[in-house]
Amino acid sequence: MKIEVDHHAGLPGVFARENGKVRINAGTLHYRELNNMVKGAAAEGLEEIELENVFGQRYIGSGIRRPVRITVHGVPGNDLGAFMDGPRITVDRNAQDGVGNTMNSGTIVVHGRAGDIVAMGMRGGKIFIRDGVGYRAAIHMKEYRKHVPVLVIGGETQDFLGEYMAGGLVLVLGLGKKGKPKLAARHIGTGMHGGLIFLRGEVEEHQLGKEAAVERASEADLEMIRPHVEEYTNYFGGKADEILGSGFIKLYAKSHRPFGGLYAY
Amino acid sequence: MKSYILPQYLVERDDYRCIRCEVCARQCAFDVHWYDEEEDAVFADESKCVGCLRCVTLCPTNALVVRHNPTQIPPNANWTGEVLRNIYRQAETGGVLLTGMGCDKGYPIYWDRIVLDASQVTNPSIDPLREPMELRTYLGAKPDVVKVGRKGGKPSLETRLTPQLRLETPIMFSAISYGAISYNACESLARAATEMGTYYNTGEGGLHRNLYKYGDHTICQVASGRFGVHADYLEVAAALEIKIGQGAKPGIGGHLPGEKVSAEISRTRMIPKGTDAISPAPHHDIYSIEDLAQLIYALKEATHWEKPVSVKIAAVHNSAAIASGIVRAGADIVALDGIRGGTGAAPTMIRDNVGIPIELALAAVDTRLREEGIRNRASVVVAGGIRNSSDVIKAIALGADAVYIGTAALVAMGCHVCQKCYTGKCNWGIATQDPYLSKRLNPDVGTRRLVNLLTGWSHEIMEMLGGMGINAIESLRGNRLRLRGVGLTQEELDILGIKHAGA
Repeated sequence: MKIEVDHHAGLPGVFARENGKVRINAGTLHYRELNNMVKGAAAEGLEEIELENVFGQRYIGSGIRRPVRITVHGVPGNDLGAFMDGPRITVDRNAQDGVGNTMNSGTIVVHGRAGDIVAMGMRGGKIFIRDGVGYRAAIHMKEYRKHVPVLVIGGETQDFLGEYMAGGLVLVLGLGKKGKPKLAARHIGTGMHGGLIFLRGEVEEHQLGKEAAVERASEADLEMIRPHVEEYTNYFGGKADEILGSGFIKLYAKSHRPFGGLYAY
Repeated sequence: MKSYILPQYLVERDDYRCIRCEVCARQCAFDVHWYDEEEDAVFADESKCVGCLRCVTLCPTNALVVRHNPTQIPPNANWTGEVLRNIYRQAETGGVLLTGMGCDKGYPIYWDRIVLDASQVTNPSIDPLREPMELRTYLGAKPDVVKVGRKGGKPSLETRLTPQLRLETPIMFSAISYGAISYNACESLARAATEMGTYYNTGEGGLHRNLYKYGDHTICQVASGRFGVHADYLEVAAALEIKIGQGAKPGIGGHLPGEKVSAEISRTRMIPKGTDAISPAPHHDIYSIEDLAQLIYALKEATHWEKPVSVKIAAVHNSAAIASGIVRAGADIVALDGIRGGTGAAPTMIRDNVGIPIELALAAVDTRLREEGIRNRASVVVAGGIRNSSDVIKAIALGADAVYIGTAALVAMGCHVCQKCYTGKCNWGIATQDPYLSKRLNPDVGTRRLVNLLTGWSHEIMEMLGGMGINAIESLRGNRLRLRGVGLTQEELDILGIKHAGA
């Protein structure tokens, strides 16, 4: 995708503010300056923050505890929404590494692909990636009581999906390929001891970590994931029924105590 | 399978003194003692004894003696009783050997080969009982240049300082997680740190809600498992610490076994009850110094640049170069944990064979940071076998800003270093989640014992400082001329950066 720079956007900084909404031209601002503006706007009680011309600024959405809506026009930097607790972020292009790192609540929607370690250590909230993601997605994702994080990936993932996964829900839709998609990733669910991964299409035994069990998704499973698939198609288009009807497999942890028998007491 | 492991300890009961009160039977979570009503006698299954001395300490008539089993295994310098016991245990279970606390092997303890200076005749010594003596120190990055201006006729600091931790004594409590130790032990550490104007460290197990009120004296740890790491936790802390490694188990992660994940632990770590809490060996968002910088600044950004960020590593071969990278990555504090650093559970072979003594690592790191002209950019805190006030003051003279104590703090609360923390059956109520056991440690008493320990050490440090004619701990930092080695090789002296005694 060609990234178009809006040369007419003027100097970096706040350039428009109207009823509860602010537009900030990120441009060449250092992430610290940009995030200070975003935090300031959130603290003021503004509910919608539009960031124009974002060029890899890190940690957007971090340290904000209000349910503000942040729209990123451009490519945000690493750790988008790290430790995030509440905001809703929409990215109109690709995102980089560490989307939703140790995120607690809120929503991130990426209209493109994302890099490595998406949803690492994520404990709550939702992340929707339209296309594929890099390595180690959902690594050490966990859940606790009402906090059940959800990661929906429209395309493919690379190796170590769901490594050490301790909770939460991951859907890999494998869209954009003809016929039944076949994931190329290896070591899926290595060290998994909780949570569920649903993959559309097939994987072979050797692609799975030895701690992950696999079975065909049941009708009940499909009903359980339906709202998340529908939310995905609401954002990015497509037909939820078609996606759901084309066969999912379910990965789950063989044990919640994968290392229970490792030690000599 | 019949176990070939001989009892490690013998329990000797003086039947004349024993009053059959059954305190020993009630106190032992390992079920060593039992009372037989028919025989009106108390018996012991010595194979279960771990040597924690709880029964001996509480026996009201001093009827008990626990001592090493002197059974003569064939004398052999290689195939010692311990080696045989380990092999039998593994032959019987097929498991990884586990242990608790710090390395108990006989690596040189350099603190004991280093002596301190004192003033004689010239530069007279100072009596801290009569004269001011400052143990206060600040942890955090210090500016390259300090600009002082005048405001309203008074001098004022123009340079904006980055966040600092103020310590009233240069001793903090090491990272020990809720999970490894009981709630009462955590509360004791939190309250003692608050009372003494210093800090304790949550370890990687999150922070119990009831302890948030001690947040101003709490360093919250962010480790690879990210347990209990959420916005409130980051916000309540006085400082954050990224745990990369631990002296007792450099290079590996940790598993808190599911049976220790009780309802309260589950709430604090934010994981379901009964599941293993697995800390991966690396942080999977850190594969380089640049990645480390990214997490350091993520934490700063998430906490609005209001708190210093520490990075803790185990002392290993290249600590000096790694520490340089950590400082350049933006850490405000570098914490080093030596091979004698403790743990709630670690594979024995790793605890006893991986890492280097803290004295050498500290000297190497301080030297390296000075040579590179970046020593001011971070404070250095050392841990791993600090046993008394003289270890503290020697560490500071070698270049540390402050120390962390873990084992010493647990011992103050009653620990007898039996090294069985990993069983969760600590009879002293410290390394356990069993409510019957953990209530043995009264947090009022635990706090008092810890405060007493730090008070005593602080007085001793003041005396030693005064003896050197120094009236502030910060004036001693890195002053290696006040140290001399005894019986060390030239190489050791060179690494430590000190002269031999007499020179």
